[in-house]
Amino acid sequence: MTPVPSAASGVAIRVCQLRKSFGSQVVLDGVDLDIRPGEIFVLMGPSGSGKSVLLRHLIGLETPDSGEILLNDTRLEDEGIRDRFRLAMVFQSGGLLNSLTVGQNVGLYLSEHRLKPPEEIERIVQEKLALVHLGPGDALKYPAELSGGMKKRVAIARALVMEPQVVLYDEPTSELDPLVAVTVGREIVRANAVTRATTLVVTHDRDLAFGIAHRIAFLGGGRIVAVGTPEAIRSHPDPLMRRFLSADFTRD
Amino acid sequence: MFRELGKMVVLFGATFRALPRVLRYRRNLFEQLFEIGNSSLLMACVLSLFIGGVLSLQAGPLLAQRGLGSMLGGLVGASLAKELGPVMMSILIAGRIGSAMAAELGSMRVYQEIDALRTMNINPIEYLVLPRVVAISVALPCLLVFSLLVGCAGGAFVAAFNPEVAVSSAAFFNNLRSTLELRDILQGLIKTFLFAVTVGVVCCNQGLDTLGGPRGIGRSVTKAVVNSIVFILVLDYVITRMLLPLTKASMAGGF
Repeated sequence: MTPVPSAASGVAIRVCQLRKSFGSQVVLDGVDLDIRPGEIFVLMGPSGSGKSVLLRHLIGLETPDSGEILLNDTRLEDEGIRDRFRLAMVFQSGGLLNSLTVGQNVGLYLSEHRLKPPEEIERIVQEKLALVHLGPGDALKYPAELSGGMKKRVAIARALVMEPQVVLYDEPTSELDPLVAVTVGREIVRANAVTRATTLVVTHDRDLAFGIAHRIAFLGGGRIVAVGTPEAIRSHPDPLMRRFLSADFTRD
Repeated sequence: MFRELGKMVVLFGATFRALPRVLRYRRNLFEQLFEIGNSSLLMACVLSLFIGGVLSLQAGPLLAQRGLGSMLGGLVGASLAKELGPVMMSILIAGRIGSAMAAELGSMRVYQEIDALRTMNINPIEYLVLPRVVAISVALPCLLVFSLLVGCAGGAFVAAFNPEVAVSSAAFFNNLRSTLELRDILQGLIKTFLFAVTVGVVCCNQGLDTLGGPRGIGRSVTKAVVNSIVFILVLDYVITRMLLPLTKASMAGGF
């Protein structure tokens, strides 16, 4: 495990008593979390436990029924929050725009907000693609021409272009073979070391979680069951966690 | 139904408010214009040619029997400009372009592309809906003019070569010129523009509202086309009723 980057430029995230229901189904039932600036924080839990819903709240794609989210003590719903903090998200499917090339996807944030001249955007795009081990030729490809692992890496490059203070990853290794999953995990660690952004990874991939996390939280039944270092989580006595962490084909 | 209607009104309002920024998205706008022209021009040509032809075929013999064959050009032109052209072109565009818009936006919604835009602080209405609605609103009236020209040519062709009609092209176009007024064409253009905005908003709204996987996309596309056609026909009556004083004035001065 890599140490938390020093002089972190990431922001602290505090989630207070977050509740969310879809119809009669309670998905988040009073979630409390404290995520430290610059750390890689992994949120684990079984399928349907509300991990991705929590992540969507953190990026502002969902609004909670009650509770609040604070970024460095500023409420997420406050006006102008997006001007003060840059948040990026890597979606489970990659979320790449299929009508744009890889290069256009990666540079989209800069070009749409007209933050840099086109030549400068091209240079930054190449730099970020190189960071995730993609070559200049890949910039001209369309997402449909890429493998699942490459799509994830392009999505990471697109997130890095924003120079984010918070990067959220939703199931970054889903649908990937173990070798590619390891590569993506390494890219996450590398991106965290380069940007020093607060990194929140939602996954039920135990190898990824214990391989990259500074701290892990376990979400079950819409609540946080436990938070701690990977070692503390491994030895936690909660029965649901024990079952989740020890499940394999030879048991039960 | 009222909820959907409300969503469309909200989407229309948001698109209208974003209108001053349309040139920022000119690349998307030109892409959409090219797409509309490229995929519908040939179809519009065939459709208009045969509509003009069938109008001549139906009305020509009846008028000729009563010695009014020379008025065929005006009748075909007025029908195409005021009613058939706007409605048929709008339905064609709803089926060909509107469905593609709903499918594209629906798939972007399902595969989290729209969420990705939001996380990059890019407004999906400005980036996706605005260029599409503006492009369809510009392209459809242009298609109407094209349809009118081709439709009249089709009508004149049938009038000249069908022995039951036997109206020369010169007589057809002379009557067309003397009967069809600018305000008739203007009325058709106004209708077409309003239909275009409606088709754009209805189809984009359905696309953005897509839920579920590929099945949800299919459902959105069907709903987008059906709703567009219903709106076109309802609006057609309302607009025609509102523009009736213009039509009456035109009829008093024409045929």
